[in-house]
Amino acid sequence: MELVLIILIAVLYAGGVFLLLRRSMVKLLIGITLLGNGANLLIFLLGGITKGKPPVIDSAAKLFTDIYADPIPQALILTAIVISFGIQSFAIVLLKRVYVLVNSDDLDDLNTPEEEDI
Amino acid sequence: MLLAVLAGLIVSILYIPLGKYLRGRLAVLAALLPIGLFAYFASFIPTIQAGQHVHFHHPWVPSLGINLDFHLDGLSLLFSLLITGIGSLVFLYTASYLKGHRYLDKFYGYLCLFMASMLGVVLSDNVLLLFIFWELTSISSFFLIGFNNDDAASRKSSIIALCITMGGGFFLMVGLILMGHLSGNYSIQEMMSTNEYLKSHALYGLILLLVFIGAFTKSAQFPFHFWLPGAMRAPTPVSAYLHSATMVKAGIYLLARLQPVLGGTDYWMYPLIVVGGITMVYSAFHSIFRTDLKSILAYSTIAALGMLVFLIGIGTAESLLAASVFILVHALYKASLFLTAGVIDHETGTRDITQLSGLRKVLMPVSIAGILAALSSAGLPFTFGFIGKDLIYEATLHTAGILTAILTGLAVLTNILLLCAGFLAGIRPFTGKLPDRFHGIHLPHGLLWGAPLLLAVLGVVFGCAPFLVDGILFNPAAEAMYQSAIDSPLKIWHGFNLVLLLSGITLVVGTLLYVVRKPSAASLAAIERYNYLSPKHIIGQLARYARKISIYYTGTLHNGYLRVYLLRIIITTVLLFAIRLFMGGPIRLSIDHLSPISIYEVVVAAILIAAVYITVTASSRLTVVVATSVLGYCVCLLFVFYSAPDLAMTQFSIDTLTVVLFVLVLFRLPPFLNFANRRTRIRDGVVASAFGLMIALVAIQVLNQPIDTEVSQFYGDNAYTLAKGRNVVNVILVDFRGLDTMFEIVVLSIAAIGVVSLLKLRLKASEKE
Repeated sequence: MELVLIILIAVLYAGGVFLLLRRSMVKLLIGITLLGNGANLLIFLLGGITKGKPPVIDSAAKLFTDIYADPIPQALILTAIVISFGIQSFAIVLLKRVYVLVNSDDLDDLNTPEEEDI
Repeated sequence: MLLAVLAGLIVSILYIPLGKYLRGRLAVLAALLPIGLFAYFASFIPTIQAGQHVHFHHPWVPSLGINLDFHLDGLSLLFSLLITGIGSLVFLYTASYLKGHRYLDKFYGYLCLFMASMLGVVLSDNVLLLFIFWELTSISSFFLIGFNNDDAASRKSSIIALCITMGGGFFLMVGLILMGHLSGNYSIQEMMSTNEYLKSHALYGLILLLVFIGAFTKSAQFPFHFWLPGAMRAPTPVSAYLHSATMVKAGIYLLARLQPVLGGTDYWMYPLIVVGGITMVYSAFHSIFRTDLKSILAYSTIAALGMLVFLIGIGTAESLLAASVFILVHALYKASLFLTAGVIDHETGTRDITQLSGLRKVLMPVSIAGILAALSSAGLPFTFGFIGKDLIYEATLHTAGILTAILTGLAVLTNILLLCAGFLAGIRPFTGKLPDRFHGIHLPHGLLWGAPLLLAVLGVVFGCAPFLVDGILFNPAAEAMYQSAIDSPLKIWHGFNLVLLLSGITLVVGTLLYVVRKPSAASLAAIERYNYLSPKHIIGQLARYARKISIYYTGTLHNGYLRVYLLRIIITTVLLFAIRLFMGGPIRLSIDHLSPISIYEVVVAAILIAAVYITVTASSRLTVVVATSVLGYCVCLLFVFYSAPDLAMTQFSIDTLTVVLFVLVLFRLPPFLNFANRRTRIRDGVVASAFGLMIALVAIQVLNQPIDTEVSQFYGDNAYTLAKGRNVVNVILVDFRGLDTMFEIVVLSIAAIGVVSLLKLRLKASEKE
């Protein structure tokens, strides 16, 4: 199964990078989302995957009696998901603002050299 | 001693708050500092004369070997007296020369800074300390050359001077560190004991090269000489002080100081003789073609510096004594000539010698100063220059074999040309008929003509009575270079011998040359036709090419397009990775530990890949948003399969929220425009695939590594016992790493505030542009 996950990660990264290289701002943002998902899966995979053994202690016991999934990558990814949501929501609203102002989704339209401002 | 060196620095700082009081009549008071320092250093004369040295040690950065070590011997004393003595006169002269100038206090501040750093150079025993002061002199010189900062040519000259001297300083630094590293000590006095080791070391040649470049750039030796004529843009007191009497002699000082450490070998001797020889002949020749008074003096200064390098290169006791005498001879007459030129410029408003004549009638004391200085520079009997010239000829005549003829010939040729240049600068403006337009000139303030006159008269006094100074200054100075006792009193009269004959030839031929050759703009133009061969032109071209390259480089690499930057970063990363992969051998994947595949996961994976494909290729915005959300849910399912219920829940809710936000905000935007052509898309596709492949290979490689579970074990064991929670992930987030989570909440809150304020923002029409 690890191999399948590796392929998924590679696809997510490739798709993310491809979108990052586009001129559209929305595509740029979605590219970042893809990269974020890829990174989360990568951490998840490298922490070691375990099937059907969530890191929750039985109500009868005080300690784990069986093997369990590694909780640390999960805690890390959880944080990452939440933070990336913060970034995304802000970026989406910012995009909307920019669009209203310059009436374009093209990154090149934002490249106003300073000399022309004067 | 420490206070004496740092006094200038302290005073220059005091000028910042107090300077405005000095701009008026009180400006003369600025000279109190150099005069006081002169008296202080003069008080060491008996000690030095008795053959003792003064050493001062104060730890500064002992761990790096940088200490405030000052060492006063004959050589340092000669330079210290020169710096403070000429400094005093220049300070006084400036009070009148720049009277009422609005930046007079700044000027004095820079001069003080320079004086302190120059004293530091000649007194430092620690080579790193010496280097620090060395660079400080370059910096103060930069400010002083560019003092008239509203003049573009002035600014350019100061930058050229800074580039050349600082560039050389860089080489010097490496050379000094190498020396210190090899001898295990950064003190010059201590290095002398290990000089045999240094000279036999394989890096000796490199050290010499580095030190030479440092000294040659500072002392304006060919081919680095061209910054010095440019430096004449500075006010004349600066030219007299920094660019003829003291700062440019820092390179000479360095060579003289390191002579006992590095000198005495052929590798030391011949480069110095060759470079010094070329410099002195080249610039002496140039000096007689100039028509600008300060240009003549600049080129003849370079020639004199070349002469000094040449003498140090010869390295015999006689040549070193000649060098130490010539340092003072030159400082006296050249500073005097410069200050005279300053008065002429100040009063007549021109420095063109083809227009100046007959000024003796209106500027009598100045003309005396100029003529005496010119005579001293010519080496007439009973001037100090005569003694200096005699010593130079004696030194060249006593060299071995075929060198005698060549070196003496070079010295005579240079002296003939220098004599002519000296007469041009010191005599020509004062003789002949006074043009009508100069009739109204009055003799300026006494400070202006007093300073050059004093220097010129000193030149004659020392010339008539050399016993006043020889034992005090020159023998100890030459001893410091030669490292063994020298006791040869200077003599006015050597009897009828070859030296006298050579002196006579110099005088006659030089005077004839002066009488026959009239300076004119035509001959200047004639020689300037060959400018394209000069080092200045060549280095200027190099600088222009460097500029072109940097413009081209900036244009190609920093074109301001985000995607181009990203593309380059990604390609570089992939290439570096590929190189590493190529060198590091094959990647192995052990398939023993892999978990089994079930049909659910394959289906989810297939959906995910399809979703990515749609996201990348779709042209409708809404389709892309939907595909992204499908993608997110697939990841969420993967989390469910692999025992991460918390992640799955979070991912699920966040994904839903994101889709809602996307749809709400971006719903009305038009479909994507396809900006890129097919070729660009294929290129980006290849790059992106390569990056994906790279990540996959990294993942495979990391999977082979054993996982350290110690920390996980700790959390698992203590989640319930310490924190009374059964869901370990939650316990980590809210308990063990609770502070982290709190800050995460802060970040989210900031983002939320940003979102809300952006949504509610209503710009006025005027702010929309």
